[in-house]
Amino acid sequence: MSSLVKTFGPFTAVDDLSLTIPQGSFFALLGPSGCGKTTTLRMVAGLEEPTSGTIHIGSSELTGTKPYQRPVNTVFQSYALFPHMTVWDNVAFGLKRRSQANVKKQVDDVLELTELTTLAKRKPAQLSGGQQQRVALARAIVNKPAVLLLDEPLGALDLKLRRQMQMELKRIQTEVGLTFVHVTHDQEEAMTMADTIAVMNAGRIEQMGPPAELYEQPRTTFAANFLGQSNLIRATVKERVGDSVVAALPTGTLRVAVSRVPEGVNEILVGIRPEKIKLHDEPVTAVDGPVGENTITGGRVIDASFIGVSTQYLVKTQWGQEVMVFEQNQGIANLNAVGDLVTMSFSADHAFALDAGQDVSAGIEFDPEAL
Amino acid sequence: MSASVATGRQTAQRRAPIRRRRRSPWAFVRDNIVWVAATLALIYLLLPNVIVVLFSFNKPNGRFNYTWQRFSLDAWKNPCGAPGMCKALGLSLKIGISATIVATILGTLLAFALGRYRFRGRSAVNLLIFLPMATPEVVMGSSLLTLFASRHVGLGFKTILVAHILFCLSYVVVTVKARIAGLDPRLEQAASDLYANEFQTFTRITLPLVAPGIAAGALLAFSLSFDDYIVTNFNASPSSTTFPMFVWGSAQRGTPVQINVIGTAMFVLAVTAVAIGQFVGRRRTR
Amino acid sequence: MAALAEPVAGRSKGARPSRRGRPSWLPPLFLMIPGAIWLGVFFVVPLVFLVSQSIQSGSVADGYKVTWHFANYTYAFQHFWHQFVRSLVYALLATIFSLLIGYPLAYAIALKAGRFKSILLVIVIAPFFTSFLLRTLAWQTILAGDGLVVRFFRSTHLIAVTNWLHLTNGDQLLSSPLAVVSGLTYNFLPFMVLPLFASLERLDPRLLEASGDLYARPIVAFRHVTLPLSLPGIVAGTLLTFIPAAGDFINAQLLGNTNTTMIGSVINSQFLTVLDYSGAAALSVALMATIVVLVALYVRKAGTEELV
Repeated sequence: MSSLVKTFGPFTAVDDLSLTIPQGSFFALLGPSGCGKTTTLRMVAGLEEPTSGTIHIGSSELTGTKPYQRPVNTVFQSYALFPHMTVWDNVAFGLKRRSQANVKKQVDDVLELTELTTLAKRKPAQLSGGQQQRVALARAIVNKPAVLLLDEPLGALDLKLRRQMQMELKRIQTEVGLTFVHVTHDQEEAMTMADTIAVMNAGRIEQMGPPAELYEQPRTTFAANFLGQSNLIRATVKERVGDSVVAALPTGTLRVAVSRVPEGVNEILVGIRPEKIKLHDEPVTAVDGPVGENTITGGRVIDASFIGVSTQYLVKTQWGQEVMVFEQNQGIANLNAVGDLVTMSFSADHAFALDAGQDVSAGIEFDPEAL
Repeated sequence: MSASVATGRQTAQRRAPIRRRRRSPWAFVRDNIVWVAATLALIYLLLPNVIVVLFSFNKPNGRFNYTWQRFSLDAWKNPCGAPGMCKALGLSLKIGISATIVATILGTLLAFALGRYRFRGRSAVNLLIFLPMATPEVVMGSSLLTLFASRHVGLGFKTILVAHILFCLSYVVVTVKARIAGLDPRLEQAASDLYANEFQTFTRITLPLVAPGIAAGALLAFSLSFDDYIVTNFNASPSSTTFPMFVWGSAQRGTPVQINVIGTAMFVLAVTAVAIGQFVGRRRTR
Repeated sequence: MAALAEPVAGRSKGARPSRRGRPSWLPPLFLMIPGAIWLGVFFVVPLVFLVSQSIQSGSVADGYKVTWHFANYTYAFQHFWHQFVRSLVYALLATIFSLLIGYPLAYAIALKAGRFKSILLVIVIAPFFTSFLLRTLAWQTILAGDGLVVRFFRSTHLIAVTNWLHLTNGDQLLSSPLAVVSGLTYNFLPFMVLPLFASLERLDPRLLEASGDLYARPIVAFRHVTLPLSLPGIVAGTLLTFIPAAGDFINAQLLGNTNTTMIGSVINSQFLTVLDYSGAAALSVALMATIVVLVALYVRKAGTEELV
């Protein structure tokens, strides 16, 4: 896919988007509502025409061809099952249109794979949400498309069923070995299922990579905030010491690995995930603190909520920023109370730095599920 | 949700014994006032039909079948016994079927144009379709008559057919358009995603899903055409007498029992057709 | 998804993106041509002819000429304004009665019938399938001579009330304004019930529960929730009842007397018996114009545009 642009009147839904999806991978297109991910998907399916740009699968160009000419199938958000046909006929639809031999065997096999064999004679209206979802999936994968597009296919299911279907989708993908492109706004869903995630915002890809890389090394504030939570602390680059960059805070300094600092930028945002921060009761100083760790002294706990697995703290730094800290519940009576004076520390390897010229709060609270 | 259900149940339990204590007929009427009114309305609606059916088994004294005399199957045994009636019935069926076919085809095409496309002048076309339904039948009938008279078109089967297609058309459009509007566009996208070209998508997905609307429109068109008197009367000649015209004439000269036989038969046929349609429709969607 | 998916869905529902430069107005044009021509030639053109006829002078035998003879209108009104006003009054009464009878019925079917909903709907539509004329003739039997209805009216002295209101005269029900209005009400009741049903069915029952939850008594909930939300149905139903009732003459002829003649009957006989085409056309145009004006005023007042 290269330089894809789609505009609706004055509104640009997808802006100069280029990406390559490796064959056989489970690829997730992750982004908030209205970021253009569904439009991108529909352009791949041929249901929308790109205003400019091209789409290729392998070496053949798809741009301008009709949906039914593309080796691409879609699992629609609302499933779009044909209400007047049985489950079996729904699944057989694509095969029959291409006059395939062995329709019966192929359909029966896919129904078995998706555990729908006993429901084959039913109409969609007689199925539960989860079953309908499986029919939609079976109807698409039976055609063995080069790319299977999934448009928030789990959005309509309740949480428990969604988790279950995530496992099942992953299992089926591994079994059939097709390329899956999954569109979702649920970062947890994307992380559990995908090999590669592309984070999309306002019609552009913010960052693309394996889930762990995206999480540990976000390159934009949007990616940092949308995928999990991040503390972003404003700092100024002071000097380079070995493999680290030393950055000045209003009080004290922080080190960040050189490879994680954008080049040629002076004003940075040092990012650290809340669960990477440790709290210390004694007022340690930067000098006698844990070796190789960054420390921020003089913080005061202003909120503490115990949620079982962990305790979530809000710590106010000397310069007034609120930093989130998650401490694992490891059975030690190490709970801090509101008002405690603490020192925060974290490994320099866990920190990342972003260009401070961005919106610090981009990507926060975009996820409707989180609200 | 669960809280409100629980309170609802409690009030019901609390109220139950009180209700049982004073169960006068008036209390029942008051509690079920909507149903009492609805039942009365249904009786009002159905009473004439009952009379029509009942009097098809009457053996009247004299020419008019208005008062009950005694039970007889004479009319049922000899349905064409009334002179001219079966000829009128035949003409009505012929016009009804032809008008239904033409109006259904034209109306379905129009409905697809309006339901599927946004174009300039769309609201003008909508108005053009709405207006015939808002025009009193005398106006429609008389305006057609002035057209035919000034162009020296002879009145008869053709002029009746033209008029019937006209007033059926709007009803077909409205019925089919509603069905098309209710159609999820994603179903057609799914079909084209699953390798069906435009023609296959239309014949295998769109048409089957819109079919109940087309069937309902056709049924409505036929019953409107078969039942019309006012418009027909303006555009018919003495030699082209439809069934309603025959009934109208007989109301002046004397009503044969056979007209009730036909009315009853049509009623039974139509209700059966609707019942089957409902049953099939429910099985299809379930 | 909402923000983006909606323009997408909206687009795909409407004009499909024209592929390969094919203009998107072409397919709808082809689909519309036959039907639109039919409506144009046999609905719009005849109306123009009717208007033109109404200002012509001449006779069927000698032919007509457009002479801007507006006297046709004054003549028609001088002679038939009684029938004209009577038609509007009868149609109005029939509409009001239809609403009063039809609303509870539509309400019961839409919100209370549960699984009997479709059966009850069939019962409402069923009368359509017996000839309109036959059913109107059946009312002659129902209201005639010494029937149950007449005896009920006599024993309850209701007939004295209706006599006093000039709805009946003597001790008969047939051949009276009451019979005509009740016939009109009966014949157009399904046209009232179906749109009412359609708008009431769309009503979310949770709204009523919510208003009950907010301490509204049933009658208050009805006035402030159900009634306003069913307004589109009321507007559509009253129009579908009033318009055909105003032009009808079958009920007036079969159930009324010479003092209940309606304008439809006059137009019918002026055209077909008296052969005064111009006078009849003038009456026809006047009826159409009156209805259009009344409907426009009414729709404006009711504030709904969702008719088409």
